[in-house]
Amino acid sequence: MNVARSSGYYRTRYGEDFALLDTKTQKAWCAVFVAALLAYPFVAGPLALDLANQVLLASLGAIALMLLTGYAGQISLGHAGLLAAGAFTTGILFKELAAPFWLTLPAAALAGAALGVIFGLPSLRLRGLYLAVSTLALHFIVIYAGGEYETRRGFSTGIIVDPPRLGDWALDEPRAWYFVLLAAAAATLLFAANLLRSRTGRAWRAIHGREAVAAALGISVHRAKLSAFVVSSTITAIAGCLFAYYRGFVSAEAFSLYLTIEYVAMVIIGGMGSLLGALLGTVFVVLFPYAIDAAMNLLGLAERLSSVVFAVNYSAFGLVMILFLVFEPQGLVGLWRRAQDWFLLWPFKQRPLAGPR
Amino acid sequence: MQIAVNIAVLASIYALICCGYVLIYRATRVLSLAHGELMMLGAYGLYATASLFKGHPLIALAAAAGLALAVGLAVYAALMWRMTGESVLAAVLATIALGILLRGAMMLAFGTLTQHPLRDLGWENASIGLPGGARISAVGAALILSTGLVYGGLFAFLRGTRWGMRMRAAGQNPLLAAQRGIGLHGIYALSWGLATFTGGLAGMLIALDAGLESTLVIIGLKAFPAALVGGLDSLVGALAGSLVVASAEVLLIQYVDPLLSDVVPFFVLLAMLVVRPWGLFGTREELDRV
Repeated sequence: MNVARSSGYYRTRYGEDFALLDTKTQKAWCAVFVAALLAYPFVAGPLALDLANQVLLASLGAIALMLLTGYAGQISLGHAGLLAAGAFTTGILFKELAAPFWLTLPAAALAGAALGVIFGLPSLRLRGLYLAVSTLALHFIVIYAGGEYETRRGFSTGIIVDPPRLGDWALDEPRAWYFVLLAAAAATLLFAANLLRSRTGRAWRAIHGREAVAAALGISVHRAKLSAFVVSSTITAIAGCLFAYYRGFVSAEAFSLYLTIEYVAMVIIGGMGSLLGALLGTVFVVLFPYAIDAAMNLLGLAERLSSVVFAVNYSAFGLVMILFLVFEPQGLVGLWRRAQDWFLLWPFKQRPLAGPR
Repeated sequence: MQIAVNIAVLASIYALICCGYVLIYRATRVLSLAHGELMMLGAYGLYATASLFKGHPLIALAAAAGLALAVGLAVYAALMWRMTGESVLAAVLATIALGILLRGAMMLAFGTLTQHPLRDLGWENASIGLPGGARISAVGAALILSTGLVYGGLFAFLRGTRWGMRMRAAGQNPLLAAQRGIGLHGIYALSWGLATFTGGLAGMLIALDAGLESTLVIIGLKAFPAALVGGLDSLVGALAGSLVVASAEVLLIQYVDPLLSDVVPFFVLLAMLVVRPWGLFGTREELDRV
């Protein structure tokens, strides 16, 4: 979408401007990619499969945050709180009512939507920094409520959730999980891509650009902001529900501020305002600790530093985030686009100021 | 009576931490979420100097305070000057990333065990009886005293000195200030230095009182609601906000539920954001877009 072709590519119908995949080459590559994704679990080892599952699971939350922050321009530092809300709704319904997953999933989505309204209400009055701070405050309150439930009901170590069942068949095998999560991630991605080229998505971009102008164009700023929060937190709560089932365990400690920061890092490192960026950022952030681990093994530092792997991860993660913020604010997508431009424009260096972009 | 003393001690802890948030925000319009980690770094600075200057506790304290000032200047020189003029989100995220980096680095350098700098300095934390039957620890009294000194010093600095006037000017209108020949980078670096100095002081005193461990970061994070409640660009507001948040926290813990302690500041913050987002003493401003 919206990428300049080297030459000889002209759109002749309005519908082509809307197409998600507009050339044959793109369609072919997409088919190859889907085939590769479908074949992946049959060639990957157990660790690689688990990593893929983690990436797919996290991509839901990252796409949701990208819609909210990257497109609608609303800062949220409460993402872990929303994940926790989905996970706790699932855990509580399972523990109290032994509810099956086809009840807990919609319930989690509903809880997410309701919390989205609550998280979004401050955005009607607050902007920028103050909005970020109010979502941060809500994060702490959600986590407190979850922890309170745990201690009051005597699950102080956490709530154990059985795998979802359909008749006799239980979803407890990594390969089956892979396909479920792949379907969920693909559905979310398609939903987001479609939403963004609809009226709602255009309204979000408009309020991101400038609220006064958006209002002058006839967009209800309040409705656009609230809808961004509601859509984003519904997806996030569904991700939280899947997270609860995938881990089989819900506890307030799992949803620290650090988790929020990881999701924000996915959006930043991937590149603001791009769904591809959300996916690239997810892959980067999820695989990063494992890459650090592998690098330490390779350098032979693993024995000496084994007790502080956690600390090494922490500082390396902070460093990478700083490097991206300072040197490549466009994120991985920016790098990717620059590489693309380099090949497309050779022997020239700059894009023309006017014309297709 | 004891409750009043507890409120006073907690409020002065919050106030001492808060003035860092306020100093940085007032000059540079950045909310530094790395403040908790910088506090902890200050406390570790004391731990390091305590073993370096054995038997000279006052020299160790002074050296640690100087170190904290230098760390603040270094943070601005190394990272934050690149964030001037960037969006609010980018600057806040840079401070968050800095916080993560610092926390990891501190775990690597100092380990994760709880340290007791008070013992290393060779001091005792005596308990002092007050009229009315209340008791206060010596470090608690020192906390209240140093908060008073720091705030007095800051008011005098901002009102009475040329650098203080420059800092206020840069906070009010950076463009005009720069055109009148004020070096913004110098001012911004100074505000980071001062903020880290006061934060480091708070970190040291808390570590002297309760031991040095990773919960220090959480105390730092719990203090920023106080700064927001008072108004992010007002030092008087920071004092008032600390008092409000500390009394709410102490009273609710006493009479409702001790488990509430971690969330009370955030409840107060949310209530404030709904009623009066710019805080008790803050100036109403056109808030920046993302």
